[in-house]
Amino acid sequence: MSAAAPFDPRAAAGSQPLRCTVNGAAVERAVEPRLLLSDFLRHDLGLTGTHVGCEHGVCGACTVLVDGEAVRSCLLLAVQADGLAIETVESLAPGSAELHPLQEAFRAHHALQCGFCTPGILMTMVAFLAEHSAPTEAEVRLALAGNLCRCTGYQNIVDAVLAAARSRRER
Amino acid sequence: MKPAPFDYAAPRSLDETLDLLAERGGEGKILAGGQSLLPVLNFRLAQPALLVDVNRVAGLDTLAATADGGLAVGALVRQRRLERDPEVARRAPLLAEAIRHVAHPQIRARGTLCGSLAHADPAAELPAVALALGARLRLRRRGGERWLEAARFFTGLFATALAPDEMLVEVHFPPAPARTGTAFLEAARRHGDYAQAGVAASVTLGEDGRCRAARLVFLAVGEGPIDAARSAAALVGERPEGTLLEAVARQAAATEIDPLGDIHASAEFKRHLAAVLARRALTEASARAAA
Repeated sequence: MSAAAPFDPRAAAGSQPLRCTVNGAAVERAVEPRLLLSDFLRHDLGLTGTHVGCEHGVCGACTVLVDGEAVRSCLLLAVQADGLAIETVESLAPGSAELHPLQEAFRAHHALQCGFCTPGILMTMVAFLAEHSAPTEAEVRLALAGNLCRCTGYQNIVDAVLAAARSRRER
Repeated sequence: MKPAPFDYAAPRSLDETLDLLAERGGEGKILAGGQSLLPVLNFRLAQPALLVDVNRVAGLDTLAATADGGLAVGALVRQRRLERDPEVARRAPLLAEAIRHVAHPQIRARGTLCGSLAHADPAAELPAVALALGARLRLRRRGGERWLEAARFFTGLFATALAPDEMLVEVHFPPAPARTGTAFLEAARRHGDYAQAGVAASVTLGEDGRCRAARLVFLAVGEGPIDAARSAAALVGERPEGTLLEAVARQAAATEIDPLGDIHASAEFKRHLAAVLARRALTEASARAAA
């Protein structure tokens, strides 16, 4: 008798096929149904830019785009992403030497300190700015309400988002 | 935390869904938006043996006007869609007004109306809206269906009239009578938080400007949405004016709700909030009815 194979939870409990696109690339895996999308992105795909904070939909750190809409990746099973297009914070910068305009605005306005909440805020605001080309400060603050930041006091984040919207209009 | 293991099925049709519920009666849990269910699973507050993911079931995402001029909302209609659709604002303005208070856009992008009703969180906005608008709920099970008034659907704390093998597939909001105004208000510590107290009001006026019907439904101050019908009845036949609205609001908050204190707000403070919100909501609904 050969030694038992190492325990593999994926093989253990009714793995499901998952085909989706992540940041434009086709992905095909077999996943355990209980695997959260946030953990799939981080552990299976190594996309650790998506952060995991509260795991019950309150903090917003795990926000990603699913078919263009900002959602909580901790409140979605990976299997539910079958057939869908996922975008994470890694999709924003066009290259290693260049930032997305929103990231650039965050850098210029000092809109992050520890950075833990930043990926979720960026993805939330990318979706928000796609719908609002000329938002008011009040609209930006309301759109930020679902993302917790414990460092900045939000003022610099608001400034950065307004600046990014302004510079996009001027381009 | 992570969910405990479960069996997973993703049926393509409603019949298949109802078969699964019938065959695994009591063990199956419907997964639609999952915005209340996933936190419960992540915390292991529940460990259902089977998740029936209905997101791929055809025909459940209907959002349409009904023949009687009301609105029909299917089980897979996301809250974000209700928020954006001008038809909802026209036919069920109370629903459109309340939905902006449901958590955050990221949650509403997945969450559904039917899911919120089936979850029956006492602090949730949408059960109160369903009650205030006299919504009718369509419950399906293998080989049968029944319609239930919202008032008979909510049975207590996180409890509904749904049987284990039944699924809430559709909600009908009846058309509002002429000269009807509605208003929704809540108080929360931050926008998107669960309300400390909230209220949905509906006022219908006669041609003479007197109140013909009034409804006042509270949320977050009891075991479920509370229809303060005894207090609201005092408005019928009267002109909805300041002193009377104030008296009705105070009476409702004093006698028809049952708030529990928590670390952020005492029961007494929630009662105070409920009275103030009720007066404001009745005033606003009356003004909209007269407009």
